[in-house]
Amino acid sequence: MAAPSVVVIGAGQAGSDTAAALRSQGFDGRITLVGAEGVPPYQRPPLSKQFLAGAGGGGDLALRPASFHAERDIEFVARDPAVRLDRDARRVALASGRTLGYRHLVLALGARPRRLAVPGGGLDGVLTLRTLTEAGRLRDAMRDTGRLLVVGGGFVGLEVAATARAAGLAVTVVESGPRLLARAVSGAMSAHLLAEHRAHGVRVLLSREVAALHGDGAGRVREAELAGGERIAADLVLVGIGAVPETALAAGAGLAVDDGVLVDRHLRTGDPAVYAIGDCARFPDPRTGRPLRLESVQNAADQARCVAAALCGAPRPYAALPWFWTEQFGLRLQIAGLGTGHDRVVTVGDPRTGRFSLLCYRGERLLATESVNRPADHMITRRLMGAGAPLPTPRQAAAPGFGFKEFRQTAAV
Amino acid sequence: MAKITYRHPNGTETVVDVPVPNTVMRGAKINNIDGIEAQCGGSAQCGTCHVYVDEANTLPLPAMHESEDDVLYGTAAPRRATSRLSCQLPVSEEIDGLVVHLPETQS
Ligand SMILES: Cc1cc2nc3c(=O)[nH]c(=O)nc-3n(C[C@H](O)[C@H](O)[C@H](O)COP(=O)(O)OP(=O)(O)OC[C@H]3O[C@@H](n4cnc5c(N)ncnc54)[C@H](O)[C@@H]3O)c2cc1C
Ligand code: FES
Repeated sequence: MAAPSVVVIGAGQAGSDTAAALRSQGFDGRITLVGAEGVPPYQRPPLSKQFLAGAGGGGDLALRPASFHAERDIEFVARDPAVRLDRDARRVALASGRTLGYRHLVLALGARPRRLAVPGGGLDGVLTLRTLTEAGRLRDAMRDTGRLLVVGGGFVGLEVAATARAAGLAVTVVESGPRLLARAVSGAMSAHLLAEHRAHGVRVLLSREVAALHGDGAGRVREAELAGGERIAADLVLVGIGAVPETALAAGAGLAVDDGVLVDRHLRTGDPAVYAIGDCARFPDPRTGRPLRLESVQNAADQARCVAAALCGAPRPYAALPWFWTEQFGLRLQIAGLGTGHDRVVTVGDPRTGRFSLLCYRGERLLATESVNRPADHMITRRLMGAGAPLPTPRQAAAPGFGFKEFRQTAAV
Repeated sequence: MAKITYRHPNGTETVVDVPVPNTVMRGAKINNIDGIEAQCGGSAQCGTCHVYVDEANTLPLPAMHESEDDVLYGTAAPRRATSRLSCQLPVSEEIDGLVVHLPETQS
């Protein structure tokens, strides 16, 4: 049997998109897509939103129809995680004992939820959310319980808090940092989201840590104990304290790993036959050169296309503009660019109306636009930044009546 | 069920019967039609399900919601008078025979 030409490990957003992009870009060699889960690739964003709220079954989440792999001559291997990588022999071993030879290997392994390392962290009713299976478990548990404790004020935690609150649960969020989403959004946006959650009746505790979880006699969680002694009753705990990139396979094969599989600007590891993309990869930020790991659909999808292009003989450095969205209580936050390191924020629109954008600047340079229910601001920022076109200066943006639509017209780009 | 035609930038077309309820975006997805990315899964956030409705179209399409209009300000391919987000176009028997053109690029 001829060796497969490309083996993609990880059948999530990045892996599935790689296989699809290879075919649509004309690749006619063998493609094998290896997944650890028992189901074909699906979308994760709805797991903390529509799916959790009860809309639709898991089937609606499929990234592609069931016939996709057969139709495109892609071998899809389900429920058989890769366990060992032998780069010298160019083979990967799967848990079942099967081995796959490859010419090119794409690691699209994603990340797994960080565990809560406190006493009682393993009690029944303490859940994490990454997979469809976990989402189903959380959804079922939410039907049977009234008091949810969310540990961690990041995107996943806040989305679950909002969905659960909308479903009528009593929800408490405990965040160890002084503000919500500290790594991802500006201080002003953190404050807005905090107010939004509180207005909807979510109890949010900042700068507080969960020290232990206590169960009933039968091993089921009942109570959280915070550092300092305060106790919070909870019959369900969602741990949303971030995700750890899946790097074990790469590290075991001697590839460089540092909170992500390290890749160059072509998303290639130190081994020219091995690429890494999506949540598991750390790549040089095309705008600053600094190593960057992102957890977003945009990043997974665009990196998949970039790798497919390279394997089809048209390599180009990865340069896509990061963007992200989240939905909480009907509030749609969209972020274009990366605001890390901004030193001032200009507000466009009136936050009290629930429609506004925060423009994050470093000096005169616009780093990111955070838009709440103002999709035009988001979309135009994406286009202008992506094209390297002139962006509004802080002075322009602060002028009364400033709008991105008008700016784009006058800038004629 | 409604017959929807997806015309590709190279002139070829795919004609499929899409069951109701669905959107024109989902119709492309469930039929393995390339050219619609739909990164946000249909929540009118990403602009990667952009289509041009055929110029000769006379079928009754729903009016554009403000957020759809806003998202269309930033599509990768140029916005035209016929631009729509296919995730915001519900499939119904009334739009049987709809023809949409796929843009050169979505992102
Ligand atoms: C609840 C939730 C909500 C989210 N909401 C948003 C949102 O609103 N917007 C947004 O942009 N992003 C969102 N994200 C993030 C987004 O889903 C991820 O960034 C994206 O899925 C990353 O794609 P990936 O392919 O790198 O990883 P994944 O989609 O996680 O896929 C990796 C796959 O690899 C498999 N795998 C791991 N190890 C092995 C192995 N050894 N062998 C074989 N297979 C293996 C895993 O089982 C998994 O299926 C959300 C994520 C979650 C969990
Ligand atoms: S699928 Fe994202 S805007 Fe339509």
